[in-house]
Amino acid sequence: MSLKPTAIDARSGAPADVPKLCYVRKRRHDAPDAWTLEIEFAESVPFSYTPGQFNMLTAFGVGESAISISGPPGQGRLIHTIRDVGPVSHALTRLAPNDPVGVRGPFGVGWPMATAEGQDVVIVAGGLGLAPLRPAIYHILSRREHFGDVWLLYGARRPEDILYRSEIEEWRKKGHIDVNITVDHAGMDWPGHVGVVTGLLSHVNMDVSRTIAMLCGPEVMMRFVAASLTEKGLGVGRIFLSMERNMKCAIGHCGHCQLGPAFICRDGPVFTFERMGPLMSVKEL
Amino acid sequence: MNADKRVITDEQLQKLIDVLIGAGRRVLGPVRGDGVVVYEDIQSVNDFPVGLTDEQTPGGYRLVEAADQSYFGFSVGPHVWKKFLHPSQIELWRARREGENLIIEASGGNNETYAFIGVRACELAAISKQDRVLTGGDYVDTHYQTRRENTLLIAVNCGKAGGCCFCASMGTGPEVRGPFDLALTELSPADEHLFVVEAGSPAGQELLLEIGSRPATEHEIETAKSIVERTALTMGRSMPPDVDVPRLLADNLLHPRWQEVAERCLSCANCTLVCPTCFCTTVEDISDLAGESFARERRWDSCFTMDFSYLHGGGVRNTVASRYRQWMTHKLSTWIEQFGSSGCVGCGRCITWCPVGIDITQEVQAIAGAQTG
Ligand SMILES: Cc1cc2nc3c(=O)[nH]c(=O)nc-3n(C[C@H](O)[C@H](O)[C@H](O)COP(=O)(O)OP(=O)(O)OC[C@H]3O[C@@H](n4cnc5c(N)ncnc54)[C@H](O)[C@@H]3O)c2cc1C
Ligand code: SF4
Ligand code: SF4
Ligand code: FES
Repeated sequence: MSLKPTAIDARSGAPADVPKLCYVRKRRHDAPDAWTLEIEFAESVPFSYTPGQFNMLTAFGVGESAISISGPPGQGRLIHTIRDVGPVSHALTRLAPNDPVGVRGPFGVGWPMATAEGQDVVIVAGGLGLAPLRPAIYHILSRREHFGDVWLLYGARRPEDILYRSEIEEWRKKGHIDVNITVDHAGMDWPGHVGVVTGLLSHVNMDVSRTIAMLCGPEVMMRFVAASLTEKGLGVGRIFLSMERNMKCAIGHCGHCQLGPAFICRDGPVFTFERMGPLMSVKEL
Repeated sequence: MNADKRVITDEQLQKLIDVLIGAGRRVLGPVRGDGVVVYEDIQSVNDFPVGLTDEQTPGGYRLVEAADQSYFGFSVGPHVWKKFLHPSQIELWRARREGENLIIEASGGNNETYAFIGVRACELAAISKQDRVLTGGDYVDTHYQTRRENTLLIAVNCGKAGGCCFCASMGTGPEVRGPFDLALTELSPADEHLFVVEAGSPAGQELLLEIGSRPATEHEIETAKSIVERTALTMGRSMPPDVDVPRLLADNLLHPRWQEVAERCLSCANCTLVCPTCFCTTVEDISDLAGESFARERRWDSCFTMDFSYLHGGGVRNTVASRYRQWMTHKLSTWIEQFGSSGCVGCGRCITWCPVGIDITQEVQAIAGAQTG
């Protein structure tokens, strides 16, 4: 009897539940509790993804977690920024160069990059929420002339939690992205904003008829930002957010990620606020 | 029109079992377990719970002597066919270190072939629903799909409605409609123990040829028909008619009834374990002590557990009210948007096997009643 995968992607015939063997090639300490891994497939395989999609990463013997692909695309390696919050993420962030790691993916529906062309783009990130937005930013930079004004509003807990610092400077200088950063707590030496990310919205001079907003961060933060944007007149269909729910399979079979009728893994994780707003407003749905 | 209805005897039914086993199939059917009817391997018609029937009430189940020696005189019990098609526990893959390398191997693949005998109308409908969930999208559960393709479904029209059944109001029974290979109606066993039989597939037709049968008489066809009609009429309960249930629930996510039912519900997950459509699973990774080999196992899970919705920093559904709401709205409302039909087939198991007798039809009625009146 030959052994077979228990689930496949019907479009490609590829196994969907068995992780592919990869190796960590680089590990960078990005913030007190976050590390960025560069990962390479053991055998080179075609892997293409769109900004906002995620992988399921396996720490062998420990477990599997949904982790966004944080790009940038095109250099043959997968980049993942992981925050150490529990057993699986802890094991993943401990992996050293040449340690094996399992990868399933990419999964889900990402950011509306095509829809955003020709528009101004407001990107709002909270904490690790910048990770899934990073490939979207690189996509915009690679076709910068196809986008109008671009803002990045980024909130972190403390200055040392700010991810991708040197890159952010590049985005600002070379990419003509209007970057505004705020932190919840800071010492006297922090020259920037202090306070919640919604406070940064006043820096955005928004033409609501030609703006797309992309939000990723804690759910409460996204609710507040989406509400503020709506108050400013931005349509609920123009606000996109990346949702998080417990995930076990990422292929619409385990039932864990449901939020009302939506399977976050299969129908998202990126949704319009039009779709998510009513569901997010019901406590414990 | 009735040329396709035939009749077989109990001996021919035995021959059917013999033929299926001879062809290398595991034949599974209802047998008497410890005070309940369960689905297990069978070899003979005498393995059926002959002469037994059941009394079912919310939170109650009792096997009792039937008035006759029928094979299928009971209704659905705590077992579900999904235990064979979508098993409660399987291994997905394993990995082992070999020197510098790690070898990952899939653990799936199953060449067993099955025949299920005694599948009820609601259970066929439930199998169709799981087909849609597990094989109808971009990702296919090939373990399920292979088992499904390797299974012959020999259905039985219900001759008696259980006390908690409401399939008639869900449009799923008691007459079998779904994807069957053979469908039987048991005629009251008198001098001769006869079954009206109908083939629903070429495989079913071949089986009939092999075991032999004779055309059914007009009278037998009429009798078989009146048996299911009577079952429909004596059904214990019903989903409230004239209510758009999916809409009703979607519009009442904040209804006080959720809190009321939560005061009774033990969050024990019985209802999800006995439900023939519930498909949720979780996974667990294991490793040997030396850290040289690893495996991932998949197990049935339930939306009634606290872990189900766990997110770092706290679960999403911490109250019983929110978990009961998730279960019921998924069954009766959101499933329709997800998969094009209701997630409930009206088998009544969740009512019978709820230790405190919570009744899904009454819960809908309570929300509908308070809503309209
Ligand atoms: C679409 C998506 C993208 C994500 N992208 C990233 C990312 O780029 N970087 C990052 O650090 N984290 C990301 N997360 C969160 C990450 O999946 C969790 O932090 C991680 O699973 C926690 O697992 P744990 O065992 O370390 O911790 P524990 O808190 O002990 O978690 C136990 C189990 O609960 C579940 N779980 C807990 N928290 C989450 C969560 N927030 N989301 C989903 N499942 C959870 C997992 O199944 C986990 O195995 C993402 C989550 C989703 C849904
Ligand atoms: S919800 Fe209850 S009645 Fe409906 S299919 Fe599941 S167990 Fe049967
Ligand atoms: S409804 Fe009944 S069977 Fe279901 S979890 Fe609650 S107590 Fe258990
Ligand atoms: S993660 Fe399993 S259904 Fe979405």
